[in-house]
Amino acid sequence: MLAYTLKRIGLAALVAIAVSAVAFLLLRASGDVAVALAGEGASAESVEAIRQAYRLDRPLALQYFEWVGKTLRGDFGESLYFKTDVLALVADKMPTTAWLALFSLVFALAISLPLGIVAALYPNSLIDRLCLALAVLGQALPNFFFALVLIMVFAVGFHLLPVSGSESWENFVLPSVALGYYVAPPFMRLIRTGMIEVMASDYIRTARAKGLSGASIVLKHALRNALVPVVALAAVQLGLLLGGSVVIETVFALDGLGYLAYQSISHLDLPVTQAVVTLLSFIYVGLTLAADLVNAWLDPRIRIG
Amino acid sequence: MTEVAAIDLVALAGPSHRTLLRRRALAHKGLMIGATLLALIVVLALLAPLIAPADPYAQDLTQRLIPPVWYDRGGWAHLFGTDNLGRDYLARTIYGAQISLLIGISVMAISGVIGTSLGLIAGYYGGRVDMTVTFLIAMRLALPLILFALAVVAIIGGSLPVVVLVLGLLKWDRFAVVTRAATQQVRALDYVAAAACTGASNVRIIFTEILPNISPQLFVVATVEAASAILLEAALSFLGLGVQPPVPSWGLMIAEAKNYMFFSFWLIAIPGTALAVLVLAINMVGDGIRDVATPGGRN
Repeated sequence: MLAYTLKRIGLAALVAIAVSAVAFLLLRASGDVAVALAGEGASAESVEAIRQAYRLDRPLALQYFEWVGKTLRGDFGESLYFKTDVLALVADKMPTTAWLALFSLVFALAISLPLGIVAALYPNSLIDRLCLALAVLGQALPNFFFALVLIMVFAVGFHLLPVSGSESWENFVLPSVALGYYVAPPFMRLIRTGMIEVMASDYIRTARAKGLSGASIVLKHALRNALVPVVALAAVQLGLLLGGSVVIETVFALDGLGYLAYQSISHLDLPVTQAVVTLLSFIYVGLTLAADLVNAWLDPRIRIG
Repeated sequence: MTEVAAIDLVALAGPSHRTLLRRRALAHKGLMIGATLLALIVVLALLAPLIAPADPYAQDLTQRLIPPVWYDRGGWAHLFGTDNLGRDYLARTIYGAQISLLIGISVMAISGVIGTSLGLIAGYYGGRVDMTVTFLIAMRLALPLILFALAVVAIIGGSLPVVVLVLGLLKWDRFAVVTRAATQQVRALDYVAAAACTGASNVRIIFTEILPNISPQLFVVATVEAASAILLEAALSFLGLGVQPPVPSWGLMIAEAKNYMFFSFWLIAIPGTALAVLVLAINMVGDGIRDVATPGGRN
């Protein structure tokens, strides 16, 4: 297990370093940031002034190493738009997005676990079909459109919840539902197929033969094994969720990392954009690493092979 | 000499693989519904100039925000009503299908070529090549897709070709993952070894033995990617960093209607539903192909 863990951590570190470099270089190379910052019709002098001020005139590799050096010392620079320290800005918005991600994941699991289990126990029943329909619809609905529909129904129609903002827990309900439903379909499918597979296995037949009750078999014996692949999926979906938070937080004006990213991108606030992109990549790498290690611990075949 | 009774070999072998596939496809309800819907949308998009009741760009400020025909205040002159600039919404919705289909197909093509090539060489050659490709895939997956695409489009400037290129160059991961795994499986089979024995080159084996045999999986990924590219373009355009006005992209139409949504919800509901129906149709085709190519149900 130790050898596997070390190998996996080393690989994750390599991926993280490579991604931070690629993200940095691609963002700088995809256009002339100074021209974009100066805006349309800016004079050559003002473009040049911006280039000098933000030190964009030096070779990319040099800019990258300078950025890495500063970043390692905890200096993410100053936001061009908000005029504050990037690290403080990101740290300030982080909890909102963390809560949103947690609530969304809980919502996604709260609908897909019971639906997936019941659908697996009664294949081709009405519930199974409802589960499939929900999954298919969830994959087809654009998440921002679903979010707007939620606003129209629950905020404008019934006045149950606020339209936007981020002051109280009520502001998190609709965004969590919108984002949770967006990531739920793969969970529904995976739990359903996993349960069907496990329920057909020999040890479940043995448990039945021993005379265990249906509930005990499903919840104690079957679910545990059906959940193994769900751990890996949860890590991947959490990454997707953080990306989706850009869209959903913007729709609800929820003041988190995603909304910050959107604002920084639309104002070409490169230090902030860079910091958020790097942070989200690192979180994703960390999550998949954790999922791999958990899976290796659950299933010895992985760590040996 | 004993007379050997003539055996009808054709009857003995039963229907060909192709015939079986066709029969299963025609019997698959979801596939047929999805394919019909998709064909309908494609025809609408192709014949847009003939079908659309008006010019999708023509503004008429005297005819602003007219509701669709199923509202009391709506009229037959504008079946889907008009937007805040008095443009015919049905015409814009029909032309919007062109944008979405164009995005879906081009992004799928670009990411398909990149991802399939990477997956093929990784799965076929293995070893260091495989390690490199696996590393590239891990890197690509670690990049937050929407965020990164938004940032790049913001710096370059949004337009249809830019969105296609950015999404195409970013979305090859699933193609690579699936192709790599499928190639590894096929590569170990006897007919590949047989082809190698007859002296076939690596390139020939990849193109004539492996690629045709992993094509069902590739078709499925292609539908998934086209659908997700369409949704991503809509999201980018919705956030103002995709296709630019006055192009009738469905995502952009929703963005433009956001300020009017409390009183004119149809402005959002129509393009939103159009997006959902198109993506649903593509997904149904994809699920159908998977079921037909791998018999044994939806598991």
